[in-house]
Amino acid sequence: MHTYPSIETKESSIINPLTDPHIEIKDLNVYIDGRHILKNINLALPNNSVTSIIGPSGCGKTTLLKTLNRLVDDTKGVEITGSVLVNGEDIYGKNAEVTHIRKKMGLLSQKPYPLPMSIYDNVAYGPRIHGTRSKKELDKIVEKQLRNVALWDEVKDRLGHSASGLSIGQQQRLCLARGLAVEPEIILGDESTSALDPLSTAKIEELLIELKKDYTIVLVTHILRQARRVSDYILFVYGGEVLEFGPTEQVLLNPQNEITKQYVKGFIS
Amino acid sequence: MLNTRLVKDALVKRSTLLLLLISLSVVVIIAVGLTIKSIPLFEYSNIFQLLTDKVWSPMKGSFGFLPFIAGTLAVTLISLAIAIPLCVLTAVYLTEYASDALKNMMLPLVNILAAIPPVLYGVWGVLFIVPLIQLYIAPIFGVVTSGYSVLAGGIVLAVMIFPIMISIMVEVLQTIPYELKAASLSLGATKWDTIKHVILKKARPGIVAAIVLSTSRAFGETIAVLMVCGNVAKVPASIFDAGYPIPALIANNFGEMMSIPLYESALMFSALLLFVIIFVFNLISRLILRRLEGDQHG
Repeated sequence: MHTYPSIETKESSIINPLTDPHIEIKDLNVYIDGRHILKNINLALPNNSVTSIIGPSGCGKTTLLKTLNRLVDDTKGVEITGSVLVNGEDIYGKNAEVTHIRKKMGLLSQKPYPLPMSIYDNVAYGPRIHGTRSKKELDKIVEKQLRNVALWDEVKDRLGHSASGLSIGQQQRLCLARGLAVEPEIILGDESTSALDPLSTAKIEELLIELKKDYTIVLVTHILRQARRVSDYILFVYGGEVLEFGPTEQVLLNPQNEITKQYVKGFIS
Repeated sequence: MLNTRLVKDALVKRSTLLLLLISLSVVVIIAVGLTIKSIPLFEYSNIFQLLTDKVWSPMKGSFGFLPFIAGTLAVTLISLAIAIPLCVLTAVYLTEYASDALKNMMLPLVNILAAIPPVLYGVWGVLFIVPLIQLYIAPIFGVVTSGYSVLAGGIVLAVMIFPIMISIMVEVLQTIPYELKAASLSLGATKWDTIKHVILKKARPGIVAAIVLSTSRAFGETIAVLMVCGNVAKVPASIFDAGYPIPALIANNFGEMMSIPLYESALMFSALLLFVIIFVFNLISRLILRRLEGDQHG
């Protein structure tokens, strides 16, 4: 095992409590059309835990999340320096292959976007493009992942129906199942419950807590209570910089940084 | 004060309705007028025979419209077979791959294509496409032809419907939310996987609509097609044969040879035929569109 250095930010120095990071970000800078969106990020995100990224709108939370699976590549005028290591491998390295990287990370977006196909095909889509052809195997994956997200009993009689016929909450769970079907190691959530009603939100949160046994989960959220409910670690981003990173209780109840303090108390949003 | 405003409101409502009815009635008047003018021909021969008879010889009193129906369908189908794949791929390239600079340059250029008068396309067809078919394309298949053929008509027509097809398809593809593409990409799909399985599938109703609009235009296109497709009143047996689409028949002959009995009525009937073909085509495509949209949302 490597040992990881402590994290230095401009405002304060935080001792990184982690010894076994799954994702490590080194000197990451992101510019979009010349604007400096993420500034000198150095971070290590731990295995098998939930890390929530919080911070005011436009602070760079979502961009940070998108750099993890290189979806940020698609942004026009983007420029990235530094590196992001997943299991020690730089995903921005010369030999990195973007489809392979993305396969490792399931993405759960703000609103569910089911693919324009049946429920079954939505889940089978990922495995199919990665080469699974056997009907039997696909059946098995579809059932397993739909059970995983507690959707199987609700949809097992209409797997062939269009996914857009499901409720929003069901669609979001379907999207999670679709992401899990390619057997990722990491789940990225971009305000994944913001379009959902409280009941569906609770279901997704429950799932995420359960899934952290097997996955490393990184969430962007606006809701501090949600961050408190589901996450083990909290990362506070402000103006493109990481101001604070630490265990949930510590960041929310006893923040070290003055700006974090104000944000957590609701003075800035 | 209030009163005048209400009166104005009512006035606008009534007058816009009136204008709508007037423009709609034009369609009805055309249909009725064409039918009335065709009646002498119906009295002379039955409709089934008119539609299936292959011989067009007005002097001898035989009016078979099959060659013209076949000519119209052949030219239109060939143009669609060329235009659909090219336009879909062009639109995909412009929306998914091209840089903003290229896109901003290409789209106005495509619109200029739409503004070129049809007769120029006809001249281009005569000077370029017809010899190309005669000297290079037909010999590959071992066929001897003058080059004036339904294939030439189809190619010229395809180029003419590019602009409308491309610009509608680009519009349609631009409405697909980025998040949907991101959902596919984040599963490790390549861009091509995403285009093939997600984008084109989501865009299908819009693409069909683009095809329908272009086809309606293709059916009626007259002058450019007339200049290159030979205008021989025979059912074309191959794409290298000459054909005689309905609009060309009307344009070539109306106002001439009217002394031949029933000739005017026959031309009117061919116009009615074109009208019905376009009407039925639109009706069917509307049904298909509704089913496609239902598939996606239901």
